[in-house]
Amino acid sequence: MTQQRFPLSRISRGIALGGLVSLGLAVSASAQALTVISFGGASGEAMQNAYYGPFSEETGIRLTPGDYNGELSRIRAMVETGNVSWDLVEMESPELVRGCFEGLFEPIDWQRLGLGSVLIDAAFDECGVGTFVWSTVLAYNADALDGAPTSWADFWDVEQFPGTRGLRRGAKYTLEFALMADGVAADEVYDVLRTDEGVDRAFAKLDEIKDHIQWWEAGAQPPQWLVSGDVAMTSAYNGRIAAAQEEGSNLEIVWNESIYDLDYWAIVAGSEHVDEAYAFIEFASQPETQAAYSSQIPYGPVHPEAIAQLDEAQARRMPTYEENMVGALAIDTGFWVDHGEELEQRFSAWAAR
Amino acid sequence: MSANQTATMSPAKPGGNLKAQLRRAERLRKLKAIGLVAPLALFLIVVFVVPIGNMLWRSVDNTELDSVMPLTAEGLRHWDGSGLPDEATLAAFAAELRDSRQGGGLGRISRRLNYEDSRYRSLLMNTLRGLPAVDAVGPDTDWVATLTEIDPAWGETETWLGIQRTAPTTTDRYLLASLDLERSADGEIQRVAERDRLYLSVFQRTLVIAGGVTLICLALGFPLAYLLATLPAKTSNMLMILVLLPFWTSLLVRTAAWIILLQSNGLVNQSLLFTGLIDSPLQLVFNRIGVFFAMVHILLPFMVLPLYSVMKGISPSYQRAAVSLGAHPFAAFWQVYVPQTISGVAAGTILVFIMALGYYITPALVGGPADQMVSYYVAYYTNTTNNWGMAAALGSLLLVVTLLLYLVYHRLVNRKQLIRS
Repeated sequence: MTQQRFPLSRISRGIALGGLVSLGLAVSASAQALTVISFGGASGEAMQNAYYGPFSEETGIRLTPGDYNGELSRIRAMVETGNVSWDLVEMESPELVRGCFEGLFEPIDWQRLGLGSVLIDAAFDECGVGTFVWSTVLAYNADALDGAPTSWADFWDVEQFPGTRGLRRGAKYTLEFALMADGVAADEVYDVLRTDEGVDRAFAKLDEIKDHIQWWEAGAQPPQWLVSGDVAMTSAYNGRIAAAQEEGSNLEIVWNESIYDLDYWAIVAGSEHVDEAYAFIEFASQPETQAAYSSQIPYGPVHPEAIAQLDEAQARRMPTYEENMVGALAIDTGFWVDHGEELEQRFSAWAAR
Repeated sequence: MSANQTATMSPAKPGGNLKAQLRRAERLRKLKAIGLVAPLALFLIVVFVVPIGNMLWRSVDNTELDSVMPLTAEGLRHWDGSGLPDEATLAAFAAELRDSRQGGGLGRISRRLNYEDSRYRSLLMNTLRGLPAVDAVGPDTDWVATLTEIDPAWGETETWLGIQRTAPTTTDRYLLASLDLERSADGEIQRVAERDRLYLSVFQRTLVIAGGVTLICLALGFPLAYLLATLPAKTSNMLMILVLLPFWTSLLVRTAAWIILLQSNGLVNQSLLFTGLIDSPLQLVFNRIGVFFAMVHILLPFMVLPLYSVMKGISPSYQRAAVSLGAHPFAAFWQVYVPQTISGVAAGTILVFIMALGYYITPALVGGPADQMVSYYVAYYTNTTNNWGMAAALGSLLLVVTLLLYLVYHRLVNRKQLIRS
């Protein structure tokens, strides 16, 4: 997933893409093999070990892995020019929703998939099958802080916990956190945010700590800032914090009021390997393969039985671990697809003032 | 030339024939020249003219509704905007909505309509689900009642007015939005609400940052290039390698290195603290200062190289002559040497300025929210929200601003050169 990687290659690809998209930047791929595109990086490696290799071994279907940076524009260019060389793509939820509306993906036939309804609810989407869960959490350096924050209200409390705060530069997550800090219950956040007063309220709450915020852009920044002492607490992606913990930093995660999201498998419209793609999704959604994936990287499995196959220490790091789900909020992708642009514009204007 | 020679070398031929021969030779030469230039011209057309033209078109393109729902668009264009559109238009709308799922048409129109009002996407989705089956509708179906029953919003004039605004095949909404303007309900151009005003300040800061970086590069690059051009070859080659060294390092590595150097607990702050020059760490990164540091470092060679190549060709004897004729050394430098470097200064500044205008990797990483430049928002609209209309409008405006500045600059530099000669 994009957030876990330094998004620079995304940026530089954006440059390359800018003018050239009309030329159709399709990566040529073998006509026979199933082409599976993920976000690469550590997650891509875990997928190689847990899904790609065993799948080819078991079914004999050749598989061409690849990676990209989540740009819908590439898939759009592919579908519009009829030159579809990708079959199965890992998608983040907003792009999945947008792409689904645009008809860039084959709608999922759940009968054909044969998974029943075992996966967690959020894994079922019109055009995608959830594959793992990741979270945006409050993280802090336990060595640097007196006491332990437990909520976003504590994050806003610069008296009790002095120091700079880190937040992602953007409206998404930031507005939700602000409302929760202002006392809105997790399950009412989007109801409040759908009203003009709710948005005003979130920005007013942000005004309170504006001078204390250092905005991050890349997912690698928050753990680095925590370790170097640049910030006292920050929002961060759980996978990034887990990686820093493994390197020996005493970073802590507050799971309460975290916001979780999923990555999905989606079949590109016009793919010539739809059967193989379904077989792959089914294979990658089994408890065994899911556990094999999550044992390598702290993204929560979507199959509830997979958690039981992990050891206790690993299971505790999963966003889908039962205790971690208490007080957590699922991102409302539809809300951000509908209101994202206007809120991001207002956020940019607000933050630059 | 050669044609003339062949012509004069065959004096036996009459004059009229000579003219024709000359013309033929000229034509052949022209064809050869065109043939030689053709590959490059073709390359430029394919790689520059077509994509740029495409981008300019996308900034006003409004064909979503017209291509997905041609009958609805046609009907709405003739609707006077009071009450509800006629039954024929509503029936066409329902039929076309039903078909819009094919080929992603629904996605395109709902994305477009959402720019008018963010409730259209869910409205269209719900309506699509609630439409009666194809065989249950006939010519006598009351579409006002049917649609209003699915969602009362269809009974409101405002809902249809919103769709009507997307019916023309071109729109100025993206270009207006890029200038913090919008059209009010009655079509007047007005400024957007104050809390949403963003892009004018983004354009302004883009020019300020690019201009600032150019000036700093010139101030640092000019003495450096002068040094390189006047030192003995052995030393200057050594220094040249140092100038070029950053070219061999990835841009991202250099940007990341600046973060490590400049952050609160970075090397710079720690040394300053250690020497007692400051009491608490300075904020040197994630703000404008960091952007200038990183961008100047990256762009400096683009200033030094053109300056160096021009200065290398300036004979030192001019300055010596000026001094020997009684000029103050500074006057000799300023009035004799500097004017000869103008073409290098012009090339270097325009190169650095135009490259700086398009920067966004560096500001995205070492800047704060108030340091993001136009290209950051172009990338946001292209990759994150897929709003290519906005991306194209911002890009087109940046292109126009850049061209205007270039023209002004070109005239200024030419005038300077004229004065010199």
